Amino acid sequence: MNEVIMIAGMMLVTFAPRYGVMALLGRMEMPKPLFRALRYVPPAVLSAIIVPSMLLDAQGQVALRLDNSYLVAGVVSAVIAWRSRNLLLTIVLGMAFFLIWRAVVAA
Amino acid sequence: MSDVPPPTRRAEFLAGVRVTIPLAVGAAPFAIIFGALAIASGISPLGAAGMSLFVFAGSSQFIATGLVSGGVSVAIIIFTTLIVNLRHALYSATLAPYMKGLAQRWMLPLAFWLTDESFVVVIARYSKGDASPYKHWFYFGSALLMYTNWQFWTIVGIVAGQSIPNLESWGLDFAMTVTFTGMLIPQIKSRPLLLAVIVAGVCAVLFNGMPNKLGLLIAALAGVAAGVIAEANIKEVPSSQPI
Repeated sequence: MNEVIMIAGMMLVTFAPRYGVMALLGRMEMPKPLFRALRYVPPAVLSAIIVPSMLLDAQGQVALRLDNSYLVAGVVSAVIAWRSRNLLLTIVLGMAFFLIWRAVVAA
Repeated sequence: MSDVPPPTRRAEFLAGVRVTIPLAVGAAPFAIIFGALAIASGISPLGAAGMSLFVFAGSSQFIATGLVSGGVSVAIIIFTTLIVNLRHALYSATLAPYMKGLAQRWMLPLAFWLTDESFVVVIARYSKGDASPYKHWFYFGSALLMYTNWQFWTIVGIVAGQSIPNLESWGLDFAMTVTFTGMLIPQIKSRPLLLAVIVAGVCAVLFNGMPNKLGLLIAALAGVAAGVIAEANIKEVPSSQPI
């Protein structure tokens, strides 16, 4: 029963911002400056998700170390993405590098 | 992704699916650990599958499993989910100008299916100058693949989590980091965009300790603000299609 309430609540608070803003702003003319500002949303959000996942350890401390596989493999993945511009290649090579580095260096 | 599909429903749908395939590959390991973690944290198999079906928001589902195993109350779990997923309000606002005039039978499911991954490829499609009237079919294709893919790999994770111990410690969560890195790098096309990325990343680390993952939202807003301020001051003409 608790699970049903939890899932229903999570669904509601997730759907509301996804739909509400779209439906509301769709009824009015968006000011140009806001429209221009929103172009920065995708890179800013992605960066805010990625950087802590690479830089921080499980305790939330900055881990600038070679045995931090997330950081080393993250930097390598960024270089692969930059040079190749190929998303699938980046994911496959980046993940493979991560698993190998973790097994060999960070073990 | 630079080519524009022919303006038909079918071509747009298929183009949306095709562009999203790598993102679906990257999301798969994440769905597997979600399924495995949910079981490990004491959520029932049906509850785990239901969460993927009805909530459909990876990082918040992931965080919820951690909170459940920590014995946190349902109210706090729902509140944390709200904060973590508030970034979708930014996505929703960004898409809003393009969703104008779209029937509710389209807007409701497309909004429900809004994810980081689909947002990035869909906004890139909408930003292209061509006048195709069927760009929502591109969105539909991308979203449907992400959704079915998420359900399938969640179930794999639920089953695997019951038979393979410590699946969650295999480091599969790096799949999200590498996927989002691959999505981010090609977007850095101007100095203001680079600044937005740096400021958002640094702030996310600084504010990581804030409760309910509030730091993520503040960092994203700081990044957007930095980009806007830089754009106004550098006088560099930004690309008309920054994404």
